[in-house]
Parts: sequence; structure tokens; C-alpha cells
Amino acid sequence: MKKLINGVDNVVDEMLKGMVAAFPTYIERVPDTDVVARTGAKKTDKVVLISGGGSGHEPAHGGYVGKGMLDAAVAGAVFTSPTPDQVYEAIKATECGKGALLIIKNYTGDVMNFEMAADMAADEDIAVDKVVVADDVAVENSTWTTGRRGIAGTIFVHKIAGACAETGADLSEVKRVAEKVIANVRSMGMAVSPCTVPAVGKPSFELAEDEVEIGIGIHGEPGTHREKITPVNDTVDHLVGKILDEGIYAEGDEVAVMVNGMGGTPLSELFIANLRVKEILDEKKIKIAKTVVGNYMTSLDMEGFSVTLLKLDDELKGFLNAPADTPAYKEF
Amino acid sequence: MASKIYECISRIADIIIENKDFLTELDREIGDADHGINMARGYTEALGQLPQEETDIGAVLKKTGMVLLSKVGGASGPLYGTAYMKAAKAAAGKTTLTVQDGKEIFEAIIGGIKQRGKSERGEKTMLDAIIPAYEAFSAAAGEGKDLSGCLDAMCAAAAEGVEYTKTIRATKGRASYLGDRSIGHQDPGATSSLLTMEAIRDFLK
Repeated sequence: MKKLINGVDNVVDEMLKGMVAAFPTYIERVPDTDVVARTGAKKTDKVVLISGGGSGHEPAHGGYVGKGMLDAAVAGAVFTSPTPDQVYEAIKATECGKGALLIIKNYTGDVMNFEMAADMAADEDIAVDKVVVADDVAVENSTWTTGRRGIAGTIFVHKIAGACAETGADLSEVKRVAEKVIANVRSMGMAVSPCTVPAVGKPSFELAEDEVEIGIGIHGEPGTHREKITPVNDTVDHLVGKILDEGIYAEGDEVAVMVNGMGGTPLSELFIANLRVKEILDEKKIKIAKTVVGNYMTSLDMEGFSVTLLKLDDELKGFLNAPADTPAYKEF
Repeated sequence: MASKIYECISRIADIIIENKDFLTELDREIGDADHGINMARGYTEALGQLPQEETDIGAVLKKTGMVLLSKVGGASGPLYGTAYMKAAKAAAGKTTLTVQDGKEIFEAIIGGIKQRGKSERGEKTMLDAIIPAYEAFSAAAGEGKDLSGCLDAMCAAAAEGVEYTKTIRATKGRASYLGDRSIGHQDPGATSSLLTMEAIRDFLK
């Protein structure tokens, strides 16, 4: 394993310290926790949005703390859900009377830990509600699985629910808007090469030189299948095809597109993939209202990408285009 | 002098820490390769924080649960944390345990894990080791076997339960994403539960 770290036990702490040092006007560390909160939090009179999860997905989620998006982000160990006490600290550090909405990616551990934190906050009479993002169409959504995984579509939930909260909307309204995003967002990813968790020291799976994994999760969870690498257009056709198969995007609809890098993919390749996404949507007469391309929900050093489509209506479009100013996502 | 319950938890901690890489490797095959790492981190912390001389079994179990809850993370943290907290409630104020107490603790643990994990037997989880272990323990007690006999029956059934997890597909947790590809692999959580029960048996013998 070759990594730019000082020791596997210091990864999360040093990463958070470095992130706060880079963006002191945006975020600060809640003392004695692995929580980053908006600088000067607790001064806003609004519903607070809290997300988090295992580390290794940077800039998620600390990079989305700031005006128009999250109020706090909780960082677990690499690829491991944060613990209930940490999530509870994030609620206590930011909530200011209008309640807190927890934005959880759908993983067994994340849901359990965040729910326990919500129970702890409820005991203190803090109004807490939650939404669970499950946008990964690679996972069969049935009673035979734990449900679809939450992946890059989560960023659109942060953005849109965040903008809604800034308007002073109450907790149930912010939750309604977040649920609307979740109902209309779908993603699917693939990997060219695996990632290596620092504490494990070896790749999470193995791929032959000419092989790719389609439908991969953001923790190196296996996808739907492996195949020989093809021109990227064929890969994009498959991913977007699966997303369109969901039947929620029709001719004349407006969508937001995210082409997300997994951490080790050059931006040049993401732009090439994005070109194909645009070609497909143009052909289907689906209008692209907004495109974001970059590393938004990564998987350490994994090479690969995911495509996300969000169907917009006037309400979602308005919130998507509303101002946001965070370390990793800006809208002016 | 260290209390017996402290020494018992220490034994469990030692065994889990010794098996850190083994558990992580099992998790790498069907999960996200962190089970051993997370459990070892939690038990290492517990070793440092537990009150060594405390003889109230409930108090030591509760503290263990709280430390695991705040240090393990993932799915194992809430599940093992809940198991210890429920056990603590069932053992509150006691300084010794009878076989009947053992049964009640088992029942509390199983109820807690089912509720927290929203899971049942047969979903390729720790319950597939713990529920058969409980049934075997109860049956042995019903037949009038002594503690040692009950513990042997418990561990044998838990080991069979771990073997059983190899034959079924996961419907809970990250392994469920694999569908049928999870068949053939043993469940890491069931395995750490077996190791825990074996540590308890070996300590009490």
C-alpha cells in the first residue's frame, strides 16, 4: 500500500483538521468530536441539516457544510458509519429550536447509528426527523436486500433540502422536499480499479488488467457484473440505460446531471463520459437544466465514475439554482 | 482484585483482538472489510475503560455496551452495543449468575438485536449463531446438565449456526448486495458472536 498518510490511525483526525484549516471561514470542528459544523453555527434560525457517514468519500460530507447546504457533517472511520454519540453531538452543536433533519445514506450501519442518535435527541425533546437516500439502481430493490445504496445522488439532497431550509421552512416541509429529491434521483457507478482502505492495506477486490466492475458501490461493494473494458461510451450507455429503465424520466422532462468521479479518475475522462450522457439525453429529448462534473462522492483512490440523474420540477429547480456557498459546492 | 465479570469481558476482548485480521478477511469477501478492525478498536477501548474491581455484573456489561456503541461504528457497534446493554438490564445488580439468569440474558440479547437490526433468523447474520446457541443452552439446562454442559451445547450450536450461514444468501447488511454470490461465505458477525461465546465458555470452565 502506498498512501500519503502519517499512520492509519490518524487518517480521519488529520483529514478533518486539514479540511478545517483550508476552509476556516466555512467550517469548524466541534471540540472533542469528529463533527464539522458551520463556522458560527447555532446562530441561524432554521431547520438544521446533518449528514455524515464513513470517511473516504471526501469531499462528502464535510465539504458540503456551509450556506445553503448542510449545517454539520459527522465523519466515521474510513467506510464505517459514525457512532450515535457523534451524531448526537452534531445535533446538539447546531440545532437551534426548529429541529434537525438527518440525511442518511442507506446502509445498515448508518441507518442504525443515526436512528439511535435521533432517539437520544428525542429524549432531550429535540425535534429530529430523517430521510434515507437510496439512489443506486445497481442494487435490486426488493425484500431480499437491505434496499438500494445511497451514493452520489445524496449531494442533490443536500443541495435542494439545504436551499429549502434556508427559506425558513419548517422541519416537515424540508423533509417533504428532501423526500421529493430522493423519489426523483437515481444513480449508477462502475470501477476501473479498486480502492484500498488504509487500515486494511490491500485492495478491496481484484480486477484483471482488462476488466471493469459495473454497478459498483462506493465502498468497493461488488456490482452487478464484471466485463472486459469497452470504450467509455458503451459504459455510459449501459449506466444511463439502467437509470432510464426506472421509468421516471420521459421526453420533455428536465433533469440535473452529475458525472461523479470515484477519487482516482482524471477529470478529462469524466468530461468524456459527460459528453456521452448529454448525447443520450439529447436524443431522448430530455432537457438538461444543470450539469455538475467532478469528484463529489468518492471512494478513496478508486478509479471509476457514477452517473446521477435528478428529475426536476419548478420547485426542485428553484432550490437547485438557489445560492450555496460551501467548500465543495457553490452556486451563485 | 479484578472482578470475575471484568476478567470475562477481558477474555472476550483478547479473543476478538487476536482474531481481528480473520474477521476483517471474512468481511472483505462479502462486506466492506472492516469488521475485525472495528470490533478490535471497540474492545481495546473497553479494556482501558472498564472498572476492574466492579463486581456488579450489570454495571460492567452496561459500560462495555456504551464503549462499544461509541467506538465500533458500522452495523456491529449498535448491534453489539445493544446486546450488552440489554444483557446489562437483565443482570442489573447481580454479582453471580445462575443458569436461569443466563437464559434470561440470552433472551434479552436476542430481543435487542432483532429490534435494532430489524432482522430474524435465517438472514445470514449474528442471529444465526446466537439463536441456535440459546436454544441449545436452554435445552441442555432443561435436561439438567451442569453449567459446563450447557456452555458446550451452546458453543456447538453456535458453530453449527456459523456453518449454516455459508449455505444461505444474505438479506440484511452489505452482504445482501451480492444476492446469491453471498452463498458459500460465512457471516463475519455470526463468527464474532461464536468467538464471543467460546471465550465465555473457556473462561468459565
